[in-house]
Amino acid sequence: MSIIFELLLILALIICAIAALGSRRLLVTVVIFMAYSLIMSIIWALLQSPDLAITEAAVGAGVTGILFFMTLKKIHALKGTKDE
Amino acid sequence: MSKKTDALRRFSGWVNGETAGHAAVRREAARIEHKKLLPELDEQQRIRLFSWQYKLVALVVCLTVVAVLLYTVFHLPLFGDPENPAVNEVVQRYVEDGLEETGAVNMVAGMILDYRAFDTFGESSVLFLAVTSVMMLLLRDARNIVRDEDVQEEHERVIERQTSDIILQKVTSLVMPCIMMFGAYVVLNGHISPGGGFSGGAVMGAGLILLGASFGIDKVRAFFTMKTFRRITSTALLCYAASKAYSFFTGANGLETGIPLGTPGAIFSSGLILVLDICVGLVVACTMYGFYVLFSRGEI
Repeated sequence: MSIIFELLLILALIICAIAALGSRRLLVTVVIFMAYSLIMSIIWALLQSPDLAITEAAVGAGVTGILFFMTLKKIHALKGTKDE
Repeated sequence: MSKKTDALRRFSGWVNGETAGHAAVRREAARIEHKKLLPELDEQQRIRLFSWQYKLVALVVCLTVVAVLLYTVFHLPLFGDPENPAVNEVVQRYVEDGLEETGAVNMVAGMILDYRAFDTFGESSVLFLAVTSVMMLLLRDARNIVRDEDVQEEHERVIERQTSDIILQKVTSLVMPCIMMFGAYVVLNGHISPGGGFSGGAVMGAGLILLGASFGIDKVRAFFTMKTFRRITSTALLCYAASKAYSFFTGANGLETGIPLGTPGAIFSSGLILVLDICVGLVVACTMYGFYVLFSRGEI
């Protein structure tokens, strides 16, 4: 059962990686990247390293994504927001 | 040179999300301009050739990297194999005597904050250096003021005041105490349970960022200003330096601190590890929040 779950997670990881490359909107790319980090943190927890899972969830899925958003806002690449 | 500028222009057009019509107009304008400068070259043909070559080179580079990585992975020793080169007397010493020598139940904390505390000091300093560099580039002070940016800043402040997201604010005020509590728990229990300074600091920094993003940075500035930022980071780093910088001269060997190690598993145990965890956590939390504020506003 758990091996099926792990394989599903790895499949989702690969799909996320390819989708992040393929999407044309940078905002969507960053969101997919954050989803990738979240899946990765679950995989860390399954690999019995909970400290890495906490760090990955906080840094990968949280702070890095927000820094990407800030950068996109700085270079005016966020479409559909009020500051455009 | 012309090829390069053209690629740059197309890239910036793509980043700005220009539609195909705009891009076509720009390309037409560029073509006319180029015709004036270099009448003998057909621009359209050159673009097609360039993109074809670019795709080919990118494909070759990607496939090479994938092949090298896969080749390396298949030649790595098996996970958990007792014959692995990583399984040597260092690991044996850590596993057998770690609890007794450091007093930390969490073996990872015992390793990174006792045996290899000097390495962790370097990592914290790297974080501090990173936030200092961002400050040098992005901090808006008396010598770094552009009028356009000021106007834009004012505009953004107006937008921020007008659009307060009620759902985000309510959820933040519910979740925020839990996030900060969890971060503090992870930092303070670093020597007992998984986690430690870096993880807990990242959680607390993310909590501060959430508060700043939902209620506006001015709310955070009520308790976290540039002065607090400077004091916390430099005090934490100086504490760390005072307790561990001597190992630079003793060849990364620890000295006897004289602090009793206490019972393993109790919160006040394992000597300096708790103090060092708090220092690292504070530096990381301040750095994360500092990055966010400097990127978004240019001031803390």
